[in-house]
Amino acid sequence: MAERITWIGALDPALRTFDVILKTANGTTYNAYVVRGSAGVAVIDTVKAPFTEEFLAKLEATARYDELTVLVLNHLEPDHTGAVAALLARAPHLQIYVSTRGLQVLRGLLKGAFERYDIRAVTTGDTVSLGDLTLRFLSTPYVHWPDTQCTFAEELGVLFTCDFLGCHYCDERLFNDAVGDFRFSFEYYFEHIMRPFRRYVVEALDLIEPLGAQMIAPGHGPILRATPEAYIQHYRRLANSRLAQATGGAKTLLIFYVSAYGATEQMAQAVCAGASEIEDVRVSLFDLQDGDVQPFVDLIEEADGLAFGTPTINGDAVRTVWDLLSSLVDIETKGKLGAAFGSFGWSGEAVAMVEARLQGLKMRVPEPGLRIKMYPGAEEEETCRAFGRSLAQHLTGQMAPREIDMTELLAAQG
Amino acid sequence: MPIGKLTFEDVALTVSVPEGTRIIEISEKVGAGITYGCREGECGTCLTRIVDGEGNLSDPSALELRVLKENLAGHNDRLACQCKVMGGDVTVRPG
Ligand code: FES
Ligand SMILES: [Fe+2]
Ligand SMILES: [Fe+2]
Repeated sequence: MAERITWIGALDPALRTFDVILKTANGTTYNAYVVRGSAGVAVIDTVKAPFTEEFLAKLEATARYDELTVLVLNHLEPDHTGAVAALLARAPHLQIYVSTRGLQVLRGLLKGAFERYDIRAVTTGDTVSLGDLTLRFLSTPYVHWPDTQCTFAEELGVLFTCDFLGCHYCDERLFNDAVGDFRFSFEYYFEHIMRPFRRYVVEALDLIEPLGAQMIAPGHGPILRATPEAYIQHYRRLANSRLAQATGGAKTLLIFYVSAYGATEQMAQAVCAGASEIEDVRVSLFDLQDGDVQPFVDLIEEADGLAFGTPTINGDAVRTVWDLLSSLVDIETKGKLGAAFGSFGWSGEAVAMVEARLQGLKMRVPEPGLRIKMYPGAEEEETCRAFGRSLAQHLTGQMAPREIDMTELLAAQG
Repeated sequence: MPIGKLTFEDVALTVSVPEGTRIIEISEKVGAGITYGCREGECGTCLTRIVDGEGNLSDPSALELRVLKENLAGHNDRLACQCKVMGGDVTVRPG
């Protein structure tokens, strides 16, 4: 595919659903590569397990096992490490280069055999020589796993990025200037795989851009040999695409609610009013009733705090609330402030269910959920306002520190 | 029995706890943003920054030390599913 580099990957044109959640209209590829230096031959990544035979056949057509010196694993997810065990069985002498965070996954993959192999943890700045060629490692974590890294074949100007800058698109013509139109696939892959980690995407771009790579060779989809820098720029646009809010330094709190008989709505309005009393917090209120929830995902991505109001119907929160919460896997929610409230007739378990989900999304949930039986009275409306004020104060860091005893905490949980 | 005070910075809350209490026993109940994966000291998900009082925590086991190292943890980071408050004040926030 280039002087000294051979593609030894696999085409998977029949694939339609990847990792359960991702759709692809025409399959994908698992790209793996051989890099041949004057004093060493490296294998960069492997393929998904069912394609092991094909991978080994391509490898054998390119190099003898005893010539191989290095195995680079840029990312340890099974779609790239499915042939590692088979390869190591034939070439147990390989030096394996993996990121430090990748060690624990590799240990899980190799089980008892882990100790037998020559495994080397690397980070940005580390290199390995293949004689006249050098492989330089760049630590680019969380695009999209903790272990992800890129490898640069310096003298050739080729950057191996695994999932980063890849996409699910299968075309045997391999190169971006030869394959069909894959622009949709490239963006779709970003939206669903990289977007939750866009902070890290930007860090990774900052790290790789100065390399001035002449070719970007990802682990899925077309190899980017024509204008590779355009794809780096496009990733930057995708990572920063939303219209910036005109909030200045203010914190933002979004309150979403669904109301069956108006009681949860009344609560939502009081929470909103209370939060709005605090300076430097911009509060927005949204009724999810007619809910196409997708547009809210963009707002939530930028928000500092989220509060969800839901009644309990048949022992559960209402459907649109779950729809919105399940859409949040596409964005980063870690560290945001979350809260739940709602009116109920009998049991009121919806509030705790939503809180658990918010915690599952790695949010902090400092104020215990607020539940009110039937309609809020005057006193309860004030409780709602106080709840709103507390949320806003948590956002601005003005919340007065509180102290409790563990026994109180356990008792409160029932 | 010595009593420790465990403060979760991100939710502005301090909990008095008996000696030997693990952070994991408390953090989810108070809604702190510390998250857990394996809960057995293997995955590193629960990496937590010890803002203050790291000397008041139990010493890390060999396994915790290895997981901290492989996750490139700073020297003030611990695994919330592993370390115990031994008394005194400890302040933490999500890592
Ligand atoms: S939750 Fe996995 S190490 Fe603590
Ligand atoms: Fe992956
Ligand atoms: Fe992948």
